[in-house]
This record gives sequence, C-alpha cells and structure tokens, in this order.
Amino acid sequence: MAEAVNSAAVEVGEKEGLKEITELNIRIGRLQQIDLKIFEFALSHLRVPMLKNAKFNLKIVEAELKCRACEHGWSFNPEDLGQDASESVHFIPEVAHVYVKCPKCGSPDFEIITGRGVWIESIKGVR
Amino acid sequence: MVDPRLSIVNKRLAKVKKIIAVSSGKGGVGKSLIASTLALILSKRGHRVGLLDLDFTGPSTHVILNTEGYSPKEEEGVIPPEAHGMKYMSIVYYTRDQPTPMRGEDMSNAIIELFAITRWEALDFLIIDMPPGIADATLDMIRLIERIGFLIVTTPSKLAFETVEKLILLLKDLKIPIVGIVENMKMKESNFIREEAEEQNIPYLGEISFDPWVEDSIGDVDKLLQTEFAQNVRKTTSNILQLNP
Repeated sequence: MAEAVNSAAVEVGEKEGLKEITELNIRIGRLQQIDLKIFEFALSHLRVPMLKNAKFNLKIVEAELKCRACEHGWSFNPEDLGQDASESVHFIPEVAHVYVKCPKCGSPDFEIITGRGVWIESIKGVR
Repeated sequence: MVDPRLSIVNKRLAKVKKIIAVSSGKGGVGKSLIASTLALILSKRGHRVGLLDLDFTGPSTHVILNTEGYSPKEEEGVIPPEAHGMKYMSIVYYTRDQPTPMRGEDMSNAIIELFAITRWEALDFLIIDMPPGIADATLDMIRLIERIGFLIVTTPSKLAFETVEKLILLLKDLKIPIVGIVENMKMKESNFIREEAEEQNIPYLGEISFDPWVEDSIGDVDKLLQTEFAQNVRKTTSNILQLNP
C-alpha cells in the first residue's frame, strides 16, 4: 500500500507540474487495520526523489456501517472480530460482509459509509 | 481524493506476459472448469501460469483444484501460493468459503484491492476465471487491466449464445481483444456457434464434448487431466497458443 501511495502521489505531482511534493495528507480507513508507525516507516523507506523531503500526515478514519435492510447505523472495529477474520478484513475490507451482520436485524447487506481504503486527501508541493 | 490502489494495479501485472479472462455472458457454461484446466495444461506444457478466481460470490476453482490448506504469504503485499505447479489466488482465502454477499461497489473495491495486493511476479499467462454476466467484474477488468484479452465460453445453446453475444458486442464496441470462442458441452453436430464466430470475426478455438465423467474428477487434478474434457481443452490450448505466440 505504501508503494501504491508513493506511486499515486508521483502521478499527481507530475500531472500538476510539481518539482517536489512537500506534504501529503493521507487518510486510512479503520477497516484496513494499518499500523500507522509501520506504514509511515514503509512510506519513508520507499521514498522516491519527488517525495524526498515530504511530510506524511496520516489519519485514521473510523468505520461507520449502515444496514440497507433496516437503516440502522453503527460504528465498527474489525479488531473485535477475532484474529483470523480481522486479518481477512485487513487484506480485503469487503469480506467484512462475511463476518459482520447488522446488530439490529442480522442482515449482512450493509453499506460501508466510512472507514475503508487508503486515499490521498491532498498534496502540497513546489512548482 | 486519489485512490492509490489504481496506480499500482498494472505495476503488479508488469511481469505477466498474457492476461486471459475466461468469460461468458451466461452462467453454468463451464468457465471455471475450462479456466482451471486451461491453466493446468499451460503449466504442464512448461509455461509459468497464474490462476485467479474472480467469481467472488460463487468461487469454485478451489474445489476443482482441491486447494484446501493453501494460503498466500504476506510480504509487501501477498504472494499467491503454488498449487499444482501454478500460482493460485482466490477470495476464498479470506472468506473461509462462507457466503460473500456483495453489492456492485463492494465487488469493485474487492477486485481493485485483490489486484493491488497480489504480487504475481513473472508469468507467461495469468488466467482469470470471471463471474458470469457483463456487470461489475467485467467492466472493472476492461477499465483497469491493460493488455487483457477475453476467452469466451459458450454452449451450443441458442439461448446461451443470445446472452454470450451481448458480451461479444460489448467487447467489440470497446475494442477489447477477444482471444476466441470455445464451444463447451457439445452433444450433437451443429455449426451454429462456429458460424456465429465466423460472422463476428472471432477465432473459433474448438469444441468440447459433453463429458459425463468430468464431474467425478472434481477435486482430483490428475483424474481431471485424464478426462475427455481435458483432452478437448488441450486442443483448444494449442489453438490459443498458435494464435497468441
């Protein structure tokens, strides 16, 4: 994922005509269960020339789910699932549909409102 | 907002020479059996092969190949395990073979995620077992995967081909390469599919007779490769290799 973030940042930087990227605001969904320290280390370790002095601002976005059947909304922490299931959700967050059901009506038909994926919210740089 | 996964999907596939999506507009035409057997035969012929089961809501290649006990290794992404001489990846590693009810957006996200995390490394062929239809998975493959070609599976049935033809028209309209068409479960002489392929200017890659014994070979790769079905897939494989050197 760190490789993907670096690669996507460079693509955006090149598209915007930046010589250097100085700051990245990165959002990480809770479902990904990414350890921020390890992720930051990986981002720095893979540092490409355009990002050599970049500051990575990482922020976790909590997982909010909403049942499509009864419209009940709830917060969810995949770490509550037990090791095997939470590890599966870490790799492919959508498999939460296998392990999670609406606490009110029991349906697995819920929407992941927030808390999935990793995305670059904004980039600052020098032209 | 930038989704970084999209920038890495094709980098993950950079060392894969040919990507073939075994597809059909219709379900139940034998895509998974053909995809699995094609991958096995290519591997037996000395090619480096990967097989990816993209039928998230109804995966079955793990049953055909009996891959119980295999799991990917986590190392800067995930490395698919080697099963029967080929790299094998499926969502069942993460669903523990439980029902996986996903709607379109979730399906798309899961597909992107799987391609973003999987390290295929150097392969001659990546065979993808596609879900039926022309919905999310097909559209995502077209949108995301450069260099993809579609191998189309149909049965001799006019009803099946009615739906299969819609996939062909979609692919042609979008100028997506079609590797060819395979006619599966053939029970009597008929030129219907061959003529339709000619009319559509698509290579007819061969017919596979209906083999009542293939069911007994599910889960036993050695037995599967001895069936008349596999013998027919060998001919199809030769035709694919001849047309795609």
